[in-house]
Amino acid sequence: MHLFDLFLGPDGWGVPLLAAALMTVALSISGLAVGALLGALLAYARIAGGLLARTAADAVTTVLRGVPDLLVIYLFYFGGSQILSWIGNAAGYDGFIGLPVFLTGVLALGVVSAAYQAEVFRGAFTVIPRGQIESARAAGMGSLLMFRRVLAPQMIRHALPGLGNVWQLILKDSALISVIGLVELLRAAQVGAGSTREPFLFYSAALLLYLAITSLSGQAFRWAEIRSLRPFRRG
Amino acid sequence: MDLSFMQATLLTLLGGLPLTLHLTASSILLGGAGALVLALMRTSGIVLLSAPARAYVFVFRGTPLLIQLFMIYYGLGQFRPALQDLGLWSFFRDPYFCAVLAMAMNTAAYSSEIIRGGLASVPPGALEAASACGMRPLMRLRRIVLPLAIRQALPAYGNELVLMAKATSLASTITLMEVTGLAGKMIAQTYRAVEIFACAGLIYLALTLILTRAVLLLEWWLSPRRPRRQPAPPTICTTGEPA
Repeated sequence: MHLFDLFLGPDGWGVPLLAAALMTVALSISGLAVGALLGALLAYARIAGGLLARTAADAVTTVLRGVPDLLVIYLFYFGGSQILSWIGNAAGYDGFIGLPVFLTGVLALGVVSAAYQAEVFRGAFTVIPRGQIESARAAGMGSLLMFRRVLAPQMIRHALPGLGNVWQLILKDSALISVIGLVELLRAAQVGAGSTREPFLFYSAALLLYLAITSLSGQAFRWAEIRSLRPFRRG
Repeated sequence: MDLSFMQATLLTLLGGLPLTLHLTASSILLGGAGALVLALMRTSGIVLLSAPARAYVFVFRGTPLLIQLFMIYYGLGQFRPALQDLGLWSFFRDPYFCAVLAMAMNTAAYSSEIIRGGLASVPPGALEAASACGMRPLMRLRRIVLPLAIRQALPAYGNELVLMAKATSLASTITLMEVTGLAGKMIAQTYRAVEIFACAGLIYLALTLILTRAVLLLEWWLSPRRPRRQPAPPTICTTGEPA
């Protein structure tokens, strides 16, 4: 069996491909987390910021949504190394310092998704009635306590469907990180295709793994959505 | 900031703009036609048509565009003898053709869902009224369903167009030197990432701005409540000066 040897044999490509799929998942989850942080900042600036902060947040959002993700990845890969080398040179080390590719990928995915996540959070915030915020203030809650007790639990519920979309977006964008050499799923398939001269087979395998990841995580998000709505279900 | 360098960069990058525009336009046109066919298949109510459309959309929306591109450009290369026998090799050898094919197939899947939403928004009463007037299904589709559905789907479709214009940057991975490809090459050569990013970003921002404005204009033009030129009201009891 040709296929069996190729993927499941002792030196088969099955294990490297699965490991690369895990890398894709790890990369996407980290990207989602970084993006959530940046997105929350952007959303905060647009909701509560002054004129300057709002304008800046709007500008950042416009640029991030109008520029191809690949370009942002190039910026972080080469720009990050540029800055690191510059700092290194200032500290007396001469030579080139590269930003680790995983870190570059996580940062790029986070920044690319931040604009979308900011919109999701802002939308979730607008659903919360003003009166609740006023009562929380009247009860003497500080901003952080109010966020933790009043805003966050409700916002998560409204943000989940949007976050699910952003997650799918990040998962698919993570394939772009292969251009800077991180061995995630697509890169692993490329390597396998190159060394066995069976590109169709390897890209098909990667395609199936991507499909499995996107549909399984899509199911997980749907389950979380249903669960988060449980307090409102009657009967 | 080195202004003369920026200027030179902008001019070089603009050389890639025609290719970006070609890729965008071809994939949007081809993909739009495919999307319409897919959406009609999906809503036809015939399992033999709707099931393949559903599977197609599932696969193309569930996987990255980059792997679809590689699948077509590199993956199909494995079947070179067969493709040569069919006389198709000259197409699949050409990166431009492969890029347009991959992007059109990809956007067809996403757009078909958008159009499907538009089709679902057509009120059943309008369909019944059209049938009651004696329209056959094809005429009903042309005169009633599509105009309403397209107007409804336009805002979401505008987003998809912008995403598509941005997605053409992936063509640089299969040797096509459009704006992002040129920018990537220049960054790798000069390591002046920030300046080159700013120039390329400017080009893409202008492109997406024009696209979104064009869609807004089209939306306004297709709105039923758009103020139309009214026939002049009959001037019967005018007193005083004519307006």
